[in-house]
Amino acid sequence: MSYRKTEIWRTIDWFTILLYVIIVVAGWFTICGASYEFDHVGLFDPSGRPGSQLIWIGTAFILIFIILMLESDFFDVFSMLIYIGVIALLIVTIFVASDIKGSRSWLVLGPIRLQPAEFAKFATGLALAKLISGYGFKLTTVKNFSYALLIIFLPMVCILLQQETGSALVYLAFFLVLYREGMSGYILLTGVCAVVFFVVSMKYSEVMVGITPLGELIVLCLIQLITVLLVQIIRGNMLAVKVILGGSLVTYLVAYIVSFYMPVNFVWVSVALIVFTAFYLLYLSTRSWVWHYLLIAVFAIGSVLFMFSVDYVFDEILEPHQQIRIKVSLGLEDDPTGAGYNVNQSKIAIGSGGLTGKGFLNGTQTKLKYVPEQDTDFIFCTVGEEQGFIGATLVLILFAVFILRLIVLAERQKSTFGRVYGYGVASIFFFHLAINVGMVTGLAPVIGIPLPFFSYGGSSLWGFTILLFIFLRLDAGKKERL
Amino acid sequence: MENNLKYKLKNRRYIISAAVVGLVLIFIIRLFFLQILNSDYKAWADSNAFLKKTLYPSRGMIYDRNGKLLVYNQPAYDVIVVMREVQPFDTLDFCSTLGISKEQFDKRITDIKNRRLNPGYSSYVPQLFMNHLSAQEYGVLQEKLYKFPGFYIQNRTIREYEYPYAAHVLGSIGEVNRKDLEEDSYYVRGDYSGRSGVEKSYEELLRGEKGIEILLRDAHGRIKGKYEDGAHDIPPVSGKNLTLSIDMDLQAYGEKLMQNKVGAIVMIEPATGEVLCMISAPTFDPGMLVGRQRGKNYAILEKDPLKPLFDRALMSYYPPGSTFKPAQGLVFLQEGIITPETMYTCAHGYPFRGGKPACHGHYSPLGLTAALATSCNAYFCWGLKDMLDVKRRYPTVQDAFEVWKNHIVSMGFGYKLGIDLPGEKRGYIPNSKVYDKLYNSRWNSSTIISISIGQGEIIATPLQICNLSATIANRGYFHTPHIVKEVEAGELDTLYTNRKYPSVESRHYEHIARGMREAVLGGTCRSAALPDIEVCGKTGTAENPHGKDHSIFIGFAPYDKPEVAIAVFIENAGFGATYAVPVGKLMMEKYLKGEISDANKYTEDYIINSVILPTNVL
Repeated sequence: MSYRKTEIWRTIDWFTILLYVIIVVAGWFTICGASYEFDHVGLFDPSGRPGSQLIWIGTAFILIFIILMLESDFFDVFSMLIYIGVIALLIVTIFVASDIKGSRSWLVLGPIRLQPAEFAKFATGLALAKLISGYGFKLTTVKNFSYALLIIFLPMVCILLQQETGSALVYLAFFLVLYREGMSGYILLTGVCAVVFFVVSMKYSEVMVGITPLGELIVLCLIQLITVLLVQIIRGNMLAVKVILGGSLVTYLVAYIVSFYMPVNFVWVSVALIVFTAFYLLYLSTRSWVWHYLLIAVFAIGSVLFMFSVDYVFDEILEPHQQIRIKVSLGLEDDPTGAGYNVNQSKIAIGSGGLTGKGFLNGTQTKLKYVPEQDTDFIFCTVGEEQGFIGATLVLILFAVFILRLIVLAERQKSTFGRVYGYGVASIFFFHLAINVGMVTGLAPVIGIPLPFFSYGGSSLWGFTILLFIFLRLDAGKKERL
Repeated sequence: MENNLKYKLKNRRYIISAAVVGLVLIFIIRLFFLQILNSDYKAWADSNAFLKKTLYPSRGMIYDRNGKLLVYNQPAYDVIVVMREVQPFDTLDFCSTLGISKEQFDKRITDIKNRRLNPGYSSYVPQLFMNHLSAQEYGVLQEKLYKFPGFYIQNRTIREYEYPYAAHVLGSIGEVNRKDLEEDSYYVRGDYSGRSGVEKSYEELLRGEKGIEILLRDAHGRIKGKYEDGAHDIPPVSGKNLTLSIDMDLQAYGEKLMQNKVGAIVMIEPATGEVLCMISAPTFDPGMLVGRQRGKNYAILEKDPLKPLFDRALMSYYPPGSTFKPAQGLVFLQEGIITPETMYTCAHGYPFRGGKPACHGHYSPLGLTAALATSCNAYFCWGLKDMLDVKRRYPTVQDAFEVWKNHIVSMGFGYKLGIDLPGEKRGYIPNSKVYDKLYNSRWNSSTIISISIGQGEIIATPLQICNLSATIANRGYFHTPHIVKEVEAGELDTLYTNRKYPSVESRHYEHIARGMREAVLGGTCRSAALPDIEVCGKTGTAENPHGKDHSIFIGFAPYDKPEVAIAVFIENAGFGATYAVPVGKLMMEKYLKGEISDANKYTEDYIINSVILPTNVL
């Protein structure tokens, strides 16, 4: 046993641990900045947030120690058991949890409050890894794919029932894992495109340039661009790319010149271009008998139809109050007292930081509580305000390096189990980073999920720590056997 | 095949990694736009967090020439409101505490929010709701204030007047209007600025500089202390104190003499141009236009048919009558029309036009000194005739008249003198074009003969006439009359410190002064004589188309070393000698001696008790 103990400290990936420590320490200082008050209690006072976060960090190190002391195949063996246990806990939570800020996701155990949803992430990751690493598992079969979907959607549904929409959406990150493991890229592309098209066309639906609705034009241009990219990536047909791009540019130029003499709705120009592109692809398809072109054409036309049908359903079928509710819940409606207020104040906080920021503990937006949830979901504002562009960029780069390192580690796993779990970890951090920073900078809808290791909160810190260190344990174990 | 697939899938890590890098790049670009390119956010954050509280400076105080405090500041309490912070409250309780009706309350709130009436309105900025609470109202409201979120009490100061005199000179302050707000960014709604008198003309010195205290305000509007412990605060700078050239005792005495009369008295120290007193009758207590009574009292004064708000010393248009004759004499001397020895005839009137204008009984022919002493009309008519109608002097009557006009204007007539008080009027001196138009270019001295005796088109303010007197006292120069003697830590405008020389040479003035001395010694001004002061004077009786003649007197004393020049106008009081001369005498004695001699007590009582008001008012 003592042999193995020394072995783990030698084989574990110290670089990732270094990144982890840097991020956690930076996070703690940011919490100090965000919760600092002018009539403040000491930073180490356990009744204040920095103090209690310090306790959470301390206990997280104990958790790390425990995880690293476990056998590396412990997780492989018990993954399904852990998953079932966590699902049971989630279900219990739905009924037991008291209502805290409109969500039923908190389990209260004496002085400690825990959010089981935070722990379901690693359990789901383990279960998915177990499933995919099973003998003869092929994601491309309908049956196996359905199992994978079941494992992902089960916790998601439970968390949705706890009215924690943000946390539930995180599980969509596992589709990135499925993609790596063989799921068709089209499914991922279709999903991402659908979300992006929907959000963009909603977000700019009111903006008009001349007689052109800006939102629709942007989406149509995106569709055209993705179509061209697909042609280039899948077929590598540069001639076709040049024909489509050149034709489009010339057409837009002509339309732009014409717009000086008569009003032009660029949406119709764009639609016409996509239709022409589709016919061109159809022609290529029949000429060289390559069905990929046909698929791309279907994607392009399908996207246009999707956009217009969403617009139609939204504008014509939904009642105005329903439209507003959807827009507000997506954070698209400027609702000065609700979500719109948060984003606006958050942008003010970040924007006022400038290049170098206002300095540690000097942010006025965050100190004076203009940004709600500033030490949890909107913690990144404090970085932007106090550390400025330089600090915020450094934090983003830190996260990028961290996630890329996880991908490298995942790829070097000998076992499918380790790789799948590793990708799960990387995907979850990626998703959190994308949604959280996107929300705080006003790019993504307001979906309240924490920024890993920065946002205040024990459950999320513990959840992310366990998620990460199980993977590091697996990674170390791999080398152990060599 | 299997391995090929594995290899292909392995390559997907690049796509996933690219997504990570792409995402972070998008975020960095976004941050670049938010933090580096767009500078609005900084301002927004500041306007969120910083509550800039205005610190009001105390307004400069005003003293008289002897150091008596005339105007100072008293604490007052204003109710202000920050609309954004207002939450539902018991409006009726609030209204009854302030003693206003619900309708008044609603109207006031609507007015505050109206951007047309209140251009700088912002729901974040404190707005004036009601001003000048009494001490009791303040006490009651202060206790209940916690019930009315968004309402605050602001300590301000209001003006207090030590004496109930000199209302026109001192002026008053009032809430700034829309025009002020648009023209001067210094003001915000609810500020006070000088509306009239010295308060207005010296507004920028008196008001001082507002200070700013930067407080930190959290999202709920609570004050969280001073920003960086007040390092960026700007303390207010008190307004400058002013010392007026007014002698308050003299002013008070003059107002007493002028009670129940309509008119004006202006007294100037010739050597400096300092205005010693400036009385416009009827007048009012300046304390009436302070505080919340201001509006009501202003309306009362405005409706008064005697127009007490009208500053007659600066604004009224009187024909100067015979008091204009010294100016005529000066022009004739300068142009060589007459010499001191020139004699003209008088036959109870101007013989050339069959005795019109008429004159009173005195010997004939007579010279300049005697003409001034007896106020002979014919003498100055002859003078004007010789100037305008004798072709060998000037090519045309127009040229001659322009020469005459330019001399008169150089003595301070026809244009504003430039006294440091608002509202001064310019009077009127016609030019040749006016007569060309009026008389179709065919006119001569006879056509316009009434100007030779200060009637006709000639119009002057009491200040201008007094300035003529001061110029004669100085024997040929004057200082632009001014009311402020000293500015704290500042200097007077050179307009008031430099001598001005009219185009009539100084050597001619002695003859005029002599004439005015003779008038007191044995002419029309005999009643202006004081036992041991050599008073010089000139009466005037201005014909008034609206009623009885105006009684006018100008003078200076002592003859050799003049210390004071005076002009007295009393409307509808008949001959100059009847009222204006004794008033002038009493004023000069008061100023030069400090008190009224026993010999003049009777005159004093008589003047004080005289009531000379337009018959339609009585």
